[in-house]
Amino acid sequence: MNGPRSRKTGRTVKTGLLLVTFGFVVALVAFALSGFDQLGAIAAEQEVAADAAAASPYGPAPKLTAADYPSIAGINSRVAVWIFAQLHLWFAAFVLAVPIFVFIIEAIGMRTRDKRYDDMAYEFIKVSITAYSLTAVLGGALLFSLILFYPHLFTYLSTIFKESMIYYALLFFAESAALYIYYYGWHWLQGGFKKWVHLTLGLVLNAVGTTLMLLANSWLTFMMSPAGVDAAGVFSGDAWAAIHNFLWNPINIHRFVANIAYGGSIVGAYAAFKFLTATTKQERAHYDWMGYNANFIAICALLPLPFAGYYLAAEIYAYSQQMGITLMGGIFAWLFIIQAVLIGTLFLSANYYLWCGMGRSDGAKRYTKYIKYIAIVLVGAFLVWFTPHTLVLTNEELKALGGPYHKYLGPLGIMPAKNTAVNVMIIFTALSFMFYRRANKIATVSWVNAGNAIQVALYTAGIANILFLGIYHGYFTNTVYKVAASIPQVLTTLIVIVGSITLDSFIYRGGKQVGPLHWGRIPGRAQYALFLLAVSFTWLMGLMGYIRSGIRQHWHVVDIMRDASPDAFTPTLGYAANVVSVAAIIFMAMVIFVFWIAQVSGNKTLPAGYWKE
Amino acid sequence: MKIPRLLQAVLVLAGVYYGFIIVFDILLDAVIPSSLLAMYMFFVVAGVFMVFTYDEDQTRELVAPIKALVEDPSKRIWRNIVFAVVPLVAGAGAYMQMQPSFEAPLELRTIHPAPPTTAKIFGKRVNLLKLENPYRKFEKEDPEKFRELVEEGAIVYIQNCQYCHGDKLDGKGPYAAGLNPTPLNFQDVGTIAQLQESYLFWRIATGGPGLPKEAAPWISSMPVWQDFLKEDEIWKVILYLYDYTGHHPRSWESE
Repeated sequence: MNGPRSRKTGRTVKTGLLLVTFGFVVALVAFALSGFDQLGAIAAEQEVAADAAAASPYGPAPKLTAADYPSIAGINSRVAVWIFAQLHLWFAAFVLAVPIFVFIIEAIGMRTRDKRYDDMAYEFIKVSITAYSLTAVLGGALLFSLILFYPHLFTYLSTIFKESMIYYALLFFAESAALYIYYYGWHWLQGGFKKWVHLTLGLVLNAVGTTLMLLANSWLTFMMSPAGVDAAGVFSGDAWAAIHNFLWNPINIHRFVANIAYGGSIVGAYAAFKFLTATTKQERAHYDWMGYNANFIAICALLPLPFAGYYLAAEIYAYSQQMGITLMGGIFAWLFIIQAVLIGTLFLSANYYLWCGMGRSDGAKRYTKYIKYIAIVLVGAFLVWFTPHTLVLTNEELKALGGPYHKYLGPLGIMPAKNTAVNVMIIFTALSFMFYRRANKIATVSWVNAGNAIQVALYTAGIANILFLGIYHGYFTNTVYKVAASIPQVLTTLIVIVGSITLDSFIYRGGKQVGPLHWGRIPGRAQYALFLLAVSFTWLMGLMGYIRSGIRQHWHVVDIMRDASPDAFTPTLGYAANVVSVAAIIFMAMVIFVFWIAQVSGNKTLPAGYWKE
Repeated sequence: MKIPRLLQAVLVLAGVYYGFIIVFDILLDAVIPSSLLAMYMFFVVAGVFMVFTYDEDQTRELVAPIKALVEDPSKRIWRNIVFAVVPLVAGAGAYMQMQPSFEAPLELRTIHPAPPTTAKIFGKRVNLLKLENPYRKFEKEDPEKFRELVEEGAIVYIQNCQYCHGDKLDGKGPYAAGLNPTPLNFQDVGTIAQLQESYLFWRIATGGPGLPKEAAPWISSMPVWQDFLKEDEIWKVILYLYDYTGHHPRSWESE
């Protein structure tokens, strides 16, 4: 398990996943660079839509009254739809993500011919099979509750999206077929051409799954940034214009990356669950290895995620200052503080897991002395990351400060400080990962000192540039440069990470191993860090999903179709957080069921004397 | 002498806690809000826990005194003292937290109320997403005229706004002390530098009563300036606010 071949495969899996992450971020930056010019194009598109709507056979969006919303058995319709939508989304995110990295892991297994990867990929997809059924059941529940409780909204949306809804239904069948053949055919389609057929099935499964997500995203982003309709909501007949609305791509990118991180965290929790319940040393070693890989997948997708989120928020602001301010400066601002706390928790948990994992190597002592400095920077950056713009002050503090503005902490409350902090957190998380990789290796190249010096210079220059961009462009130039400065910050972070890891791989090429890696030699509390990762992700997605939907306030479709139901008001933050928390608990209970059922399928009972011989 | 790890952890936490207080409350003379300090310390504790427990041997060393206190028969007296004192301290803490006080409840106030998409200003319905300052173009096209407009805006400001927002635009005008919440500090990078000019136009023209119903009740003593000023005076005063503070209005076009 720990020979040269294992080292090579380990390198390959990491390089593969890093390349995929790099690809996401490059795509993201490209979108971001083009995105700021979208407003003009969208405005022109809207004018065309308005002209087309004038000659359209479709009617305007209905103007509703409270009587248009059925009241059924005293059920709170908003909460019902909210919880079904949220549960469906969590499961959907999981089942869309798992095939993505299962596909990559299977490909790595084929390339390296290391069966462990194939087995791990199979175990991952096995977990997602039950979750797939639950996704479909919850999707059905969401659809029925929308039709029952919000019939006019559903009718209006289905008028515009009727074709895409039919395609969605057909694609759902296609996805089910692809998934079941992929899973049940795993052991049948092995070796040579058959394995290629299986891998292609995985690709088809991912293509169909991603298309399904893109279609569903268009419906919800239409409700936020309607397109293809005029000011009264009359549909022009151009379905593509309605799908390709202003916020569609920002949501697509954000969800795609977030789903992978989320899927990684859930299978990480599965591995942790299996590790803690393992009875043999081999089992512990296997699930430790699985947990490590799951955490690695989650981190790879987590690193670009803040950039995707920032891009989405900037686009929301660009589309409507009302939605932008409601989102981050207005009534939802305090949920963003909770978001910041949870994202920081994700980074801390992921780092803690890596540090605990260093115990697997006997050579880790050379690097563990740096952990406390990494922790200081991470916690320091984290404190900046969640410092609120609006401070909660007692009357005495208010008097002492002479007003609600804090001279020194106030500037930490706006985005340039947050962007700088998160980039620093990402760079130091990458540094933790690099130390983890180095822990069991001894470099043998003659230029090791020079290589290390270049790495130190790379990190120092990168951090200095991030600080300069954040402070100078964030506080001393106008908002165009302030927002735009986030792109060179991201690029700097990427260059530091990719540059240092590439250089590291050259420094340790042909290097020696300190000794065999002791898989399974990791404290139980590290597994709880994996659980924390999954729970934080779940809660975070629920809260942020509520904000995304909630910024529409009293509109079903912003500025076009007003919500006239008794629940049109924006609930208090505490109430919303409670609903999301209850939904998260229900989801976690269902996930435990999924883990259990995956375990049960492997159990066998031999009932002596029950069957006829 | 080596300091026991548990004591090291406690000293680090105490050092960070008092470090915040010394730096902010004493050296910088700007108190650190207790709510924020509590949040900061929660994660500092998490960070310290992480550093002190990632390694098995070090974790054993960290918890050894606690284990000994609970399990070692020779420490019975200390155990009894700790088991008696800790619940008492916790109880006293809970009592202090829960006892009624005359302090007004804390208020969460957002700095920027969200604007509506459209608003009725000077008898017209204007779309705030598209509304632009008609004088902003002169900044490049005719800098001399732009300076004149800024100066006219300055006069409007000194005659009407400085009583609350201050002659340095820092929210410390002569009447500011009588208002809660205090008037906005335009010098702060978190206020007008974050906003589009259409937002300022809406906020000045419609004042406190114009704040959106969706997030009521708002507390604001800002007058409805469209009743006292002309439309062009509001746009000029906006030019002045940005010019004096050196901030730039939020926009989506580079130049």
